[in-house]
Amino acid sequence: MGKGKTIKHLIDKEWCKGCGICIHFCPKNVLEFDEHEKAKAVRPEDCIACKLCELRCPDLAIQIIEDQEGENER
Amino acid sequence: MTKPAFNFKDYIRPRFFPHLWCPGCGHGIVLGSLLRAVHELGLDKNEIVITSGIGCSSRISGYVDFHSLHTIHGRALTFATGVKLSKPNLKAIVPMGDGDALAIGGNHFIHAARRNIDITAIVMNNRIYGMTGGQFSPLSGSGKKATTAPYSTIDRNFDVVELAKSAGATFVARSTVYHANECKDFLKQAISHKGFSVVEILTQCPTYYGRKNKEGDAIQMMEGYKTNTAKIGSKRLESNPHLIQRGIFVEDTTVPEYCEAYDKIIETAMKGKA
Repeated sequence: MGKGKTIKHLIDKEWCKGCGICIHFCPKNVLEFDEHEKAKAVRPEDCIACKLCELRCPDLAIQIIEDQEGENER
Repeated sequence: MTKPAFNFKDYIRPRFFPHLWCPGCGHGIVLGSLLRAVHELGLDKNEIVITSGIGCSSRISGYVDFHSLHTIHGRALTFATGVKLSKPNLKAIVPMGDGDALAIGGNHFIHAARRNIDITAIVMNNRIYGMTGGQFSPLSGSGKKATTAPYSTIDRNFDVVELAKSAGATFVARSTVYHANECKDFLKQAISHKGFSVVEILTQCPTYYGRKNKEGDAIQMMEGYKTNTAKIGSKRLESNPHLIQRGIFVEDTTVPEYCEAYDKIIETAMKGKA
């Protein structure tokens, strides 16, 4: 993670269909399936905010929020 | 002045989400690229009209918060032509499936290209009819399997790019959902282009095409787009010319646009009367 940057992974569990595209194409191996077979950011500190997951998510279920504090959290 | 950061929730109708597409379907990635293209062009939502026909891909018109028309199978381009002629200031975007665009709507496709009317046609090519249960389409290609071709197809496939080129489209490009950023860039240029633009986007149907043809799941199909395609003019394509070509094949701004030419005819006719 960049210095002084906060990166948040907003994953809509209702919209995610668990196809695994984000997990496979993440260059830093940040994401994994949770117990419900939905994407989960398990190593958020490794995220470089390349947004490849957000770009390729077919369900529009992932949003990467940079430099913003908690307000968008569900 | 800084543009607000992209948030797809500004451009969709969230009440229809989660969408109906299967897990891993590439159509959602095309939707994402389209929304990003619209955002980066700085277009107002009221400036855009999305016209679609029937099929998985055509459901896009319901998901986007623009003017939208969900019309009849294969005839999305004809409806878009009508809308465009009556409201030439609107940006007409027509997302179509491969069957919708080139089988049922094949005739409309070539004539819209010939007229060079300012419409952006997005051909979301998954090489199969997904919604109706996996029948082969004119883009499947020979030797492929489908529910209606359990012993493989005989028919050869169209090449969307070559077809659009020879029918007279003035902007023709091809990309894949793996190359989502490139997709977005081509869509941006296609929407800005004055004239008939065709963007073919290869998108995976893991449920029917992938399963029937043993191409694996969505991830493997996307990896396939990475390994089986190459940008035109690249070294990779030079060394292996059999790869599927990606890039912008035609960009011609010399041909008159249909709505403008029509306005000129009206002007001439009005002079004759007075």
